[in-house]
Amino acid sequence: MDFSVIVEYFPRLLEGAWVSLQLVILSIVLGGALALPVALARISPVLWIRAVPFAYIFFFRGTPLLVQIFLVYYGASQFDAVRDSFLWPILREPFWCAIIAFTLNTSAYTAEIFRGAIQAIPQGEVEACKVVGMSKAQMYRRVLLPRAFGIVLPAYGNEIILMLKGSALASTITILDLTGMARTIIARTYTPMEIFLAAGVIYLAISIVIIAIFRQIEKRQNRYLGTVSIKVPNKG
Amino acid sequence: MKLKTIIIGSALFVGAALTGVSAQAAEKIRFATEGAWAPFNYIDSAGKPQGFDVDIAHALCKQMKADCEVVTQDWDGLIPGLKVRKFDAIIASMSITPDREKVVDFTNKYYSGGLRFLGRTGEKFDLKNLDGKTIGAQRATLAAQYLEDHYTGKAKLKFYDNQDNVYLDLVSGRLDIVLSDELPTYNWLKTSGNGKKFDFKGAAFMKNDKIGIAVRKGDKLKDKLNEALKEILANGTYQKINAKYFPFSIY
Repeated sequence: MDFSVIVEYFPRLLEGAWVSLQLVILSIVLGGALALPVALARISPVLWIRAVPFAYIFFFRGTPLLVQIFLVYYGASQFDAVRDSFLWPILREPFWCAIIAFTLNTSAYTAEIFRGAIQAIPQGEVEACKVVGMSKAQMYRRVLLPRAFGIVLPAYGNEIILMLKGSALASTITILDLTGMARTIIARTYTPMEIFLAAGVIYLAISIVIIAIFRQIEKRQNRYLGTVSIKVPNKG
Repeated sequence: MKLKTIIIGSALFVGAALTGVSAQAAEKIRFATEGAWAPFNYIDSAGKPQGFDVDIAHALCKQMKADCEVVTQDWDGLIPGLKVRKFDAIIASMSITPDREKVVDFTNKYYSGGLRFLGRTGEKFDLKNLDGKTIGAQRATLAAQYLEDHYTGKAKLKFYDNQDNVYLDLVSGRLDIVLSDELPTYNWLKTSGNGKKFDFKGAAFMKNDKIGIAVRKGDKLKDKLNEALKEILANGTYQKINAKYFPFSIY
């Protein structure tokens, strides 16, 4: 083990980490915004409104993220029609291809998390809303969505961490994210152990920050639950 | 008590299985190649590695009367894999460079390469000054290092996991120009159907690029391979394999 290479190349690894963060933050924001309407359509009682998000979620959860990235990056560029279209300035950039693939992927998972949360709200609360005469929109805005937001948090924090690790796949389409940067450095130094170890520590540090942020939001959002730990009653 | 027996039993079993594997590996010489560098190494439709490198490996084994196996491994995992004994030799069109010689030993050259730019037919490039252009190459290759050393900060450099993806992005127009080894590119221009749309830019350079077989530092296998290499060059086997892929000598 030669730790001097880590010191020497650490600034470049941080550069890569910044690209990884941009990828994750942007696709989480866009994916979250897309997930809400998808989730609401997914629980619609009307069959044809329900069918489209079902197919969408089925496809993006059922295929590997790597395949999705390759389809967007290498697949789309095979067609002259795509290369001549107004979309090409965006699609020719690997960064935006990664954002598109990550956003579609994470919104499919997030939509399922949202759906589960909305459906986990006790039926009695829905009935209570109806009894006091709320319209459907009011019911969602005042009760269901804020309640779902609290329920969603632990699973959603998990999804963001999965996204962070999934973002390493961006390195396969020439993006110099943390993994891509590490691999480029290794190509020159032939020290995979040291550099990957350093990259792993940086990923871990980012994860810790994400976990801490979600702990705080959870505490705030679910404060009506009181203490998080469960008290076991004393026997006898 | 019972659980303990199970744990010890399975530990013994795994241990025995592992020693079994390593004992077997010692008898066989395992060559690793990349499988994405036609015509030197590529995967055929049956999923088997083929090409010049693979043919040379088999010819050397026949000469050494050794039992051999050719396996494939992604390019940037080749040297790390050799170091941890996943295989015993790398025959993957690897250039002998001072950087690599710090971590592995090389046999004598088994062919010579050279780098050459590739671009769209009809487009003119001033190869000394590629400022603002997007240049592509495969990661961890001589071409990639050359670009890093000579064009960093001036041109936009993009590095790919394998050469096929470099070609894909050249065809799609994401890359203006590509730097690669001359011989595989010669093959690509001839066989991919893109020969009319693309051509070489400028002359080949770094023609003293020697391609060798990599083995672990201090491994005796190197001398055996050198001996066998000398013999197949003398008895005409090498020339026969050469003629299968190129109409000119690449030694």
